[in-house]
Amino acid sequence: MAAPVVVLLRRPNAAWILATLVTWTAFAISLTLMAQVLNEGAFVYPIGGWAAPWGIEYRLDRVGALMLVIISAIGSVVMPYAKASVEKEIPRDRVYLFYTMYLLCLTGLLGIAITGDVFNLFVFLEISSLSSYVLIALGRDRRALTAAYRYLIMGTIGATFYIIGVGLMYMATGTLNMADLATLMPSVIDQRTALAGLAFLTVGISLKLALFPLHLWLPNAYTYAPSVVTAFLAATATKVAVYMLIRIIFTVFGATHILEILPSVQSILMAFALVGVFVASGVAMFQDNIKRMLAYSSIAQVGFIMLGISMLSTLGLTGGIIHLFNHALTKCTLFLAIGCVAYRIGATRIGDMEGLGRQMPWTMAAFVIGGLSLVGIPMTVGFVSKWYLVLAALDKGLWPVAGLIVIGSLLTLIYIWRVVEAAYFKPVPEGAPAIEEAPLSMLIPLWVTAAASIYFGIDASHTLDIAIGASETLMGETLP
Amino acid sequence: MEYFNGLFNYWVVIVLMMMGFYVVIAQHNLVKKIVGLNIFQVSVFLFYISMGKVEGGTAPILGDGIEIYSNPLPHVLILTAIVVGVATTALGLALTVRIHNAFGTIEEDEINALEDEESAPAILVEPEIDEEAIR
Repeated sequence: MAAPVVVLLRRPNAAWILATLVTWTAFAISLTLMAQVLNEGAFVYPIGGWAAPWGIEYRLDRVGALMLVIISAIGSVVMPYAKASVEKEIPRDRVYLFYTMYLLCLTGLLGIAITGDVFNLFVFLEISSLSSYVLIALGRDRRALTAAYRYLIMGTIGATFYIIGVGLMYMATGTLNMADLATLMPSVIDQRTALAGLAFLTVGISLKLALFPLHLWLPNAYTYAPSVVTAFLAATATKVAVYMLIRIIFTVFGATHILEILPSVQSILMAFALVGVFVASGVAMFQDNIKRMLAYSSIAQVGFIMLGISMLSTLGLTGGIIHLFNHALTKCTLFLAIGCVAYRIGATRIGDMEGLGRQMPWTMAAFVIGGLSLVGIPMTVGFVSKWYLVLAALDKGLWPVAGLIVIGSLLTLIYIWRVVEAAYFKPVPEGAPAIEEAPLSMLIPLWVTAAASIYFGIDASHTLDIAIGASETLMGETLP
Repeated sequence: MEYFNGLFNYWVVIVLMMMGFYVVIAQHNLVKKIVGLNIFQVSVFLFYISMGKVEGGTAPILGDGIEIYSNPLPHVLILTAIVVGVATTALGLALTVRIHNAFGTIEEDEINALEDEESAPAILVEPEIDEEAIR
């Protein structure tokens, strides 16, 4: 899109203005597309006028439209915030490159949500991944470099696994178009080629979405990346990978009922999701660095989303999709709040945040809202999605799973509480320099996401309608 | 024997794939890891190319006497994948250069040891101006 132009501009302010315009336009376009999908149903745009299955097509249905809105909304909300934060954290001569990479990453992520071709998806995946490695490497700390390197190795392995899977699917069916694959898949699913393809795809994407135990790249990458990057990637990158998995399981392999034929796969996914929730929450409790703590919490939340998906029911999938949306909002709020803290005090350790609730009241209040939402307190978005996940578990008769979801949410409370305690109940350390509230340009985006996570918690009907519609579409494709 | 010869390409692919994968996991030198990653990716390229080849087929061009031709699509796809692979390698090597500048070593064990020492608040490293690393 506009990324190359940003390189040419080279001036930080001009680059920022252009990038902001582009993200806001993208947001407007995706809202329009969303409205169109809701009114008229899924539609297809063949690139270059070549009809599928020969040409590559963009295909947009409810799930895709929802993803599009999430990504572009986060992208555009983060942008005004980025200005102050980036100037603080990234050397001036590189600021324009930051915006370039940011836009490239956004392009890739949006492309993944909209494409209807499995190989095209790989290309977009690599666009977004390569640019996100660079974004992470822009962090001030030198450990950001190793974090980016590790992410690069793991990410490339994931992407290569994905492409092997695509190759095997192509061998079995002779097509790369998702809709076409879905119709051909039932006839070849008995072959080992197709099954091996599914296996490679699942493992590859699971690496990307940081499903426990394939999450090792994530904590460091999120901890040492610049605040803006963390907020953006945490809210979008793993979510997009989840979306890819949903696409593969339900759209491409949907008609084969593959997971119902192989219940062991389903239970493995569910087990990994649950173990991920508990291990990651447990590790998060003992972290001193808040960014790292939230990164582990991201892994736990991905576990919740996967749990919803692995239930293979409309209710479970609704829970998963809505948690995807809600968690994107919540995590964005939290990381933006931490970004404000980092902007003022230059550190993100719990010990450094003592008494901060009085010095930066607005920032910390937003953090508390985000935290409550992460726990799943009523009136916040987190409650809605946890509620649906529990409902789905009960619906399937999985009482222990429902109980574990509740316990897992309570674990969240423990680590969020540690921050709240430090910020509100500890006195300001003596001799500490006076700290001002974060600048307005950072507070406004922060409060937009915080307010959104309350608004969609109280009035969940819009998001719920979309999520239910989306999961019905997906499950509908599973029916023969 | 027929089983082996008929699928010779695929055996090579699997051997290469496992070699590359093993190198990525087992090596502690960052450059060697990237070499492993490349071998891993190349095996996938080979896989796609063998897949599209039709026995006795030529390039898919219009011309006299050409009746059997190979499936061009996987070959085109892999052209894209090669480009992606080159980009990944470039980025990986660029990161390695910067890691070397920042840590003074590219052995993973030594870097881990250095990182553990930095349990204190983040040490700021002056980022070098390195155009290549940024791309």
